[in-house]
Amino acid sequence: MGAQSETIAAIATAPGLGGIGIVRVSGTLAESIGNKVTSNKLRPRKAALHLIRDGDNNVIDQAVVLFFKGPASFTGEDVLEIHGHGGTMVMRAVLDMTIESGARLARPGEFTERAYLNGKMDLAQAEAVADLIASGSQAAARGAMRSLRGEFSNRVRDIDSDIVDLRVFVEAAIDFSDEEIDFLGQGQVSDRIEGLVTTLADLIGRSRQGALLRDGVLVAIAGPPNVGKSSLLNAFSGEESAIVTPVPGTTRDAIQVPIILEGLPVTFVDTAGVRETEDPVEREGVKRAKAVLRRADLVLLVSDLSEEKASLDFRPEAPSLVVENKVDLTASKPGAHKGAMRISAKTGAGMQDLSSAILKAVGYSDSADGFTARKRHVQELLACESHMQIALTMIKTGGSGELIAEELKLAHEHLGEIVGITSTEDLLGEIFSSFCIGK
Amino acid sequence: MKKYDVIVIGGGHAGCEAAAASSRMGAATLLLTQNLDTIGQMSCNPAIGGIGKSHLVREIDAMGGIMAKAADLSGIHYRVLNASKGPAVRATRAQADRALYKKAVRALLDEESNLELFQQSAGDLVIKDGRIVGVLTETGLQFGADTVVLTTGTFLGGRIFVGEKSYAGGRAGDAPSNILSERLRALGLRVGRLKTGTPPRLDGRSCNLMSMDKQPGDVPLPRMSFSKTGDERPDQVPCFITHTNAGTHEIIRASINRSAMFSGAIEGVGPRYCPSIEDKVHRFAGKSSHQVFVEPEGLESNELYPNGISTSLPYEIQVDMVRTIEGFEKAHISRPGYAIEYDYFDPRDLTPTLETKAVKGLFFAGQINGTTGYEEAGAQGLLAGINAALRAGGSDEWVPRRDEAYIGVLVDDLVNLGTNEPYRMFTSRAEYRLRLREDNADLRLSPKASELGLLDLAYEQAFEKKTRKVEGLRKALSNRVVGANSSVAAELASVVGEKVTKDTKIIDFLKRPGISLRAIRDVVAPLLEDSIIELMGDEEVFPQVEIQTKYEGYIRRQDEEIAKVKRHETIALAGIGAYDKLDGLSNELRQKLNETQPKTLAHASRIPGMTAAALSVLLVHAKKAREESKAIEVGG
Repeated sequence: MGAQSETIAAIATAPGLGGIGIVRVSGTLAESIGNKVTSNKLRPRKAALHLIRDGDNNVIDQAVVLFFKGPASFTGEDVLEIHGHGGTMVMRAVLDMTIESGARLARPGEFTERAYLNGKMDLAQAEAVADLIASGSQAAARGAMRSLRGEFSNRVRDIDSDIVDLRVFVEAAIDFSDEEIDFLGQGQVSDRIEGLVTTLADLIGRSRQGALLRDGVLVAIAGPPNVGKSSLLNAFSGEESAIVTPVPGTTRDAIQVPIILEGLPVTFVDTAGVRETEDPVEREGVKRAKAVLRRADLVLLVSDLSEEKASLDFRPEAPSLVVENKVDLTASKPGAHKGAMRISAKTGAGMQDLSSAILKAVGYSDSADGFTARKRHVQELLACESHMQIALTMIKTGGSGELIAEELKLAHEHLGEIVGITSTEDLLGEIFSSFCIGK
Repeated sequence: MKKYDVIVIGGGHAGCEAAAASSRMGAATLLLTQNLDTIGQMSCNPAIGGIGKSHLVREIDAMGGIMAKAADLSGIHYRVLNASKGPAVRATRAQADRALYKKAVRALLDEESNLELFQQSAGDLVIKDGRIVGVLTETGLQFGADTVVLTTGTFLGGRIFVGEKSYAGGRAGDAPSNILSERLRALGLRVGRLKTGTPPRLDGRSCNLMSMDKQPGDVPLPRMSFSKTGDERPDQVPCFITHTNAGTHEIIRASINRSAMFSGAIEGVGPRYCPSIEDKVHRFAGKSSHQVFVEPEGLESNELYPNGISTSLPYEIQVDMVRTIEGFEKAHISRPGYAIEYDYFDPRDLTPTLETKAVKGLFFAGQINGTTGYEEAGAQGLLAGINAALRAGGSDEWVPRRDEAYIGVLVDDLVNLGTNEPYRMFTSRAEYRLRLREDNADLRLSPKASELGLLDLAYEQAFEKKTRKVEGLRKALSNRVVGANSSVAAELASVVGEKVTKDTKIIDFLKRPGISLRAIRDVVAPLLEDSIIELMGDEEVFPQVEIQTKYEGYIRRQDEEIAKVKRHETIALAGIGAYDKLDGLSNELRQKLNETQPKTLAHASRIPGMTAAALSVLLVHAKKAREESKAIEVGG
């Protein structure tokens, strides 16, 4: 474990933000580094104001310094935290001082990795910390705190133990069918699966919120040239991000604008008007636009309501929302109309409705009770649910026991990707302690 | 001194399969046993097969073994279990006539031209420079050998318990092998104690079977063996079911401290799935009745085997207890029930071929490795016999993988995880259960068996014919198309319950749930030749095509999984060494990892209690260990 006893240091706060900056140090040298930079003997878990000095005894900053003796610390090792006055230059100087005193610069996520390796958190928790650090908005930060306390893990664990119970029944019915045990024939297995599917759906709904908050969504703005795509982007961002001119084919590159829409990080991408063109530069733009459209979470298909123009001949794979622009030039009213949203990017008419429609289309609700599950977690939960559904259908349609068992096993394995596998031996142990088996 | 290629010590189920396999492969083989008359003896209940176990029997059969053939020559009652739960967990169980079974095993061994039988207790192993070179019998005869397969069952350090009384024995009526046990302990192999037990046997003439539930065998009569030899099947008889009751349990409870199991006389661990009746009454106090399955011992025997009341209570309590059970009110016990405690060697000291790591050329198979059951023993015997012969002939070893055979699951579990109770096969132990079926054991294993020289000509020809037929039917159904507007399509619509709107291959109809070949056979017949239509009715052929088609999606998913496991098998954990200093693991897992010392990540992933998180910790450390060792290489 020699490599892990190396002392690491990093600026723990996001760059360029806030009035307070934290430098965190973890490892065996944390205490001596703390003593050195404060010229004091630090006492564990006592917050105190200190002057931070560099090697030439010049004061760099005034900071609240905290020392945690391992294993009762975030990483499980000795940890030093220097809460200084933010500012990139000052924080760098403090960091340099810790490095001069024997620490090395931490790799991204290395604190979390140590916490995980030292048994301070499970995998889901470790990932939640990473999310907390990366969370771009406050709602995401709240979700991350909940996952960190193990609420997400606890919920998944509860489902896991329910699935174990279920599999115990089904596997016992298969391996010990000559023992007066046959639960498959009775209603209880399907009742249990039905209950689990409901629980899973609820958890998925809440986790999906978390995944949205964490990863944000990508919304592509597409449509024929000169229907006002760039104006729409500008209307969202409130800045002149894209060049707006009446010449078709002006936007030749994908312009990305990240904004926070009712708490949700949304990145709007304006794509070049998708059309056949001879201009090599524009052709490159069209190629890029198509690439963006492929990975978007939602595509806004923009058309010009004031003119009879050919609509977009291409149907994106991602979910889409039809937006009819320039409503101000017509006699129509802004707002929802036959599945389309009528707006004016120029006047702002119908923009509020469009925002709500976008949030609804990506499945976001600002109820703020989501978990910061990763996309990976949501995917595993979805896969788990889908196998449970298949198992349920099989039971109802008289499918064979071995396939029901297989679907439950697959469902269980997907959950195990989040909280750990249950071995056959564990399952057999449960069977033997639950039922009197054997001749 | 006479020298053999392979010497097999022990004539039980493991020993017989080992000897048969090795001699079939052309190795000069000696089967050494205490008593030639107990070769193929069924020491426990007179049944072969059952869920998980019949899968092993079929695999042994697919590799030219004797157990299934002997069962068919002696089977007097057959049941197909799990018939409605799907082809993979469907399992055949046969009650055998003990005497006929033994006779059949002996007859099958006598057919082997490279095999000699010899009655004499093995006294000692002759080991030179860490390699086995021969066997010394108790009377001082010495035989030379390249390899030795030890299959001594419960005879090593065997001790029998009936109530407060106990005596040394390998099985009721037979002596234990204590000298050998001492010798093996001295080799530094880890040794443990296990226990198992049997119920009292009853004289059928004193029992009233008419008052019990009669359970007839299945008709038509199933078979264990793929071979159709031995067309004359013994007469079939029914089994019976009765139950213990409150009175039975009261007697047991009153005397439970006199049971060897509960008095502390036995230190060994018994199987959880085969508990004694006192154990069941104690642990499941809320259950007012337990099932007793009454099995006939044979056509010529009056004895009955009341399966479910295994006990080590004193004889007089056994009598009182038995007589509370309906139908046994006047029962006479012909042989008391007993518990037996015996030595087993930690199978983690073996390689996957079942060769001991301590002594080259010495193989262990059967109960000596901590397993229970004839089928588990036979499977190990087969594997050890094959590899002993291969080793003697200087050839490469052969071990089936977990996705190829239950034999592979069995040996992989044993040598990697070990066991702390008698190990029994269950279908739930096989993660690739859907592909490891009774019905396709030959398709999975016979090609390899043929390569190894284990099969006789008749079987090989029959097998080749079968695979040709299966392939022929599959191809025909994949090639022929039902036209969207054809009359066949119109008729099919009523069978599948849905209009056929586009041209569809016949085989694609099988992919629909609930649609069997049988159901569509007559309708699609106009599109097929007579020879193909005939195959659609061939019980040996059409289920293969049907199952392969219906399970295609699952099989493909498992293929991916198998590929992943193979990748994990390439990630060596050897560099990690001491797990107790590894962070991020629970104490329990650390201990298990330390004991197991998994060679690869794939092995570690099968350790009970392993988690995905712990596996990623192992992966991190494996990488780290590799990088560090690289750094040392470069730096040093």
